[in-house]
Amino acid sequence: MKELKILAVIATLVGITYYGIEPYAHHVMHPEVKEADFVFADLKNVDTKLAGNVENGKTLVEANCLACHAIEKAGHPAMMPNADAAASYGVVPPDLSHAGRIYDKNYLANFIFDPVSAMHLSHKYPVGGAKTFPMPSYNWMTGQEIMDVVAYLQSIAPKVADNAEGHKVTFESACGRCHSMKYGQLEATTSVDTIKTYMGATPPDLSQYIKSRGEHYLHGFINDPQVLLAGTSMPRVGLNEKAQEEVIAYMEETGDRKKAEREETGLYVMMYTFVFAMLAYLWKRKIWSEVH
Amino acid sequence: MAEFKPAGSMYEWFDQRLGIDKFLKVMMTEYWIPKNINFLWAMGVLLTVMFTILLISGIFLLMYYKPDMNMAFDSVNYTIMQEVGYGWLFRHIHAVGASVVFLIIYIHMFTGIYYGSYKKGRELIWISGMLLFVLFSAEGFSGYMLPWGQMSYWAAYVITEIFGGIPVIGGDLVVWIRGNFYVSDSTLTRFFMLHVLLIPLAILGAIVVHFYALRFPHVNNEEGEFFDFDKEADKYLAGDKKGSKVVPFWPVFLSKDFFVLGFFLLFFFYLVFFHYDFAMDPVNFDKADNLKTPAHIYPEWYFLWSYEVLRGFFFDIAGISGKSLGLMAFAFANAIFLVLPWLDRSPMVKPANQRPYFKYWFWFLMVDLMVLTVYGKLPPTGANAWVGFASSITFLTLFIALPFITKAEAKKVGGK
Repeated sequence: MKELKILAVIATLVGITYYGIEPYAHHVMHPEVKEADFVFADLKNVDTKLAGNVENGKTLVEANCLACHAIEKAGHPAMMPNADAAASYGVVPPDLSHAGRIYDKNYLANFIFDPVSAMHLSHKYPVGGAKTFPMPSYNWMTGQEIMDVVAYLQSIAPKVADNAEGHKVTFESACGRCHSMKYGQLEATTSVDTIKTYMGATPPDLSQYIKSRGEHYLHGFINDPQVLLAGTSMPRVGLNEKAQEEVIAYMEETGDRKKAEREETGLYVMMYTFVFAMLAYLWKRKIWSEVH
Repeated sequence: MAEFKPAGSMYEWFDQRLGIDKFLKVMMTEYWIPKNINFLWAMGVLLTVMFTILLISGIFLLMYYKPDMNMAFDSVNYTIMQEVGYGWLFRHIHAVGASVVFLIIYIHMFTGIYYGSYKKGRELIWISGMLLFVLFSAEGFSGYMLPWGQMSYWAAYVITEIFGGIPVIGGDLVVWIRGNFYVSDSTLTRFFMLHVLLIPLAILGAIVVHFYALRFPHVNNEEGEFFDFDKEADKYLAGDKKGSKVVPFWPVFLSKDFFVLGFFLLFFFYLVFFHYDFAMDPVNFDKADNLKTPAHIYPEWYFLWSYEVLRGFFFDIAGISGKSLGLMAFAFANAIFLVLPWLDRSPMVKPANQRPYFKYWFWFLMVDLMVLTVYGKLPPTGANAWVGFASSITFLTLFIALPFITKAEAKKVGGK
């Protein structure tokens, strides 16, 4: 009984200290921010209830987008090698093959209407400022036309498997133009020097971001970087919830590759230790019965 | 040379040459420990086991670790954590073990203070123990730098910078420690040497001294009772095991330690596999970058209390800069435990709660250390800075007051 009392005192002291230096300190240093918004409620320039016409969208895309964008999956290869494209635009323009699948519909429509406001980059590209975003606004299109483009992009986007390979494809389309993933042998398609000039800083390698930032932070950050890091030059990329989960899954699959093994081994080790502890307890009782 | 009879068995052959029988008696079966003890007396064995675990996991890590500022981060986080079979396991055990070992050290240390196990012949046990604490601190600090993450770098930067406050030689000393004007590759390599060679050697030596210092004054017991160990040992050997106040180290004392160890390891492995963030700070999974200071820099949790004493003095007093005051307080805080046997002027060797004045001092100290630890992590802004200042002053006051408190206690109890 007395020993349990001592244990309780120690557990209380350690518990209070632990609470102070971990959950509490963490809460003070990283205040809670609003939940991720996958509706992109602030974007209202395009009426997304309009049903898009795939055929008309195809025509519009071929007339307006292909000068800069590749769409490999629809048979439109890139106009020039990555290095040249990056040199021309500052960053390699995205291949649109997966755009319809990974971007939220509302975001995509509003992005086409006005990229800078959708990306939350007005601080970097102010109206009438010296720098302009490489992609122009398509605000001269009607809402119907924009929704036609969106419908077309959604129709051509290939499905990907729900496994590491699939997650990798999503990561490459969503993040791979700027970010490298060294531990996944992925190099950003825009070369380091070019992207540094374009962004103002080298976008970090994301190999260990699942550990250094953690899943919770990444969920908020990817959804809207400005909320957690005001003034960052990383744009809001507009991933829908599923695509974002795939991106984070890939980050975990490369950054914390041994997670499954760790959790399984952990269970066995703890079971083994428990057996050891019980045997030790029985042995102790036997030995001490002779001296008490 | 002694005359050797032909040995009748292999055991006898070795016994003739190594005195195995005698050795085992001295070290194990006739090494006497008081019977009146609780599970806190198992912390020494727990620490020995933890040190062994750290040593073995460290040796495995050493096979793949690269002490070079361009390779260190990836050698830990990619090669060891992902490529080498069970490399992650050794890294987790080593990192979590390094943190948990300090938890046990603190429990061990405050058990000693609570039961008064540092006086009346036990001074050298205490001093060698505090020496081990200093060595473990140096080992923990040098090891934390090796993964070369952001916190490795900046904690090393801030802590080495502290030495710069020493008058006259400060600036040169910092450069001498770092091997450069800033924390750099040379710092990493020398900390590597300290971590894997010099300090472990010193720790091994200090452990031997610590164990040996225990031998003559004997282990304390729950009531601080002094008795004749030889008489009690004879009683035990004569068969009066229940009446004797002592038990042999093996198997009686160790059987209890193994039991405590078993449940401790259960807790330890839970942390290793499922709850390791407290010991493997997320910030440290960003590679060191000398151009990018993290928003919050803090040392590992076991240094927080003394770190808070250091930064508790954030303003000038009587013309002395806050920085100098903090440094003096920091030096005081780290040295003062060493002379505890002479600060406690009361002859009582009793658990703190049976001592009329010391008990208040003890629990006050515990609370103050907890406050210092928690506020050592929080950003030192606004009210936090004042809490830090007040608790630092409290810490200093407690130790300055201790001789007077215990002197008064001695008078009250009349030298008992």
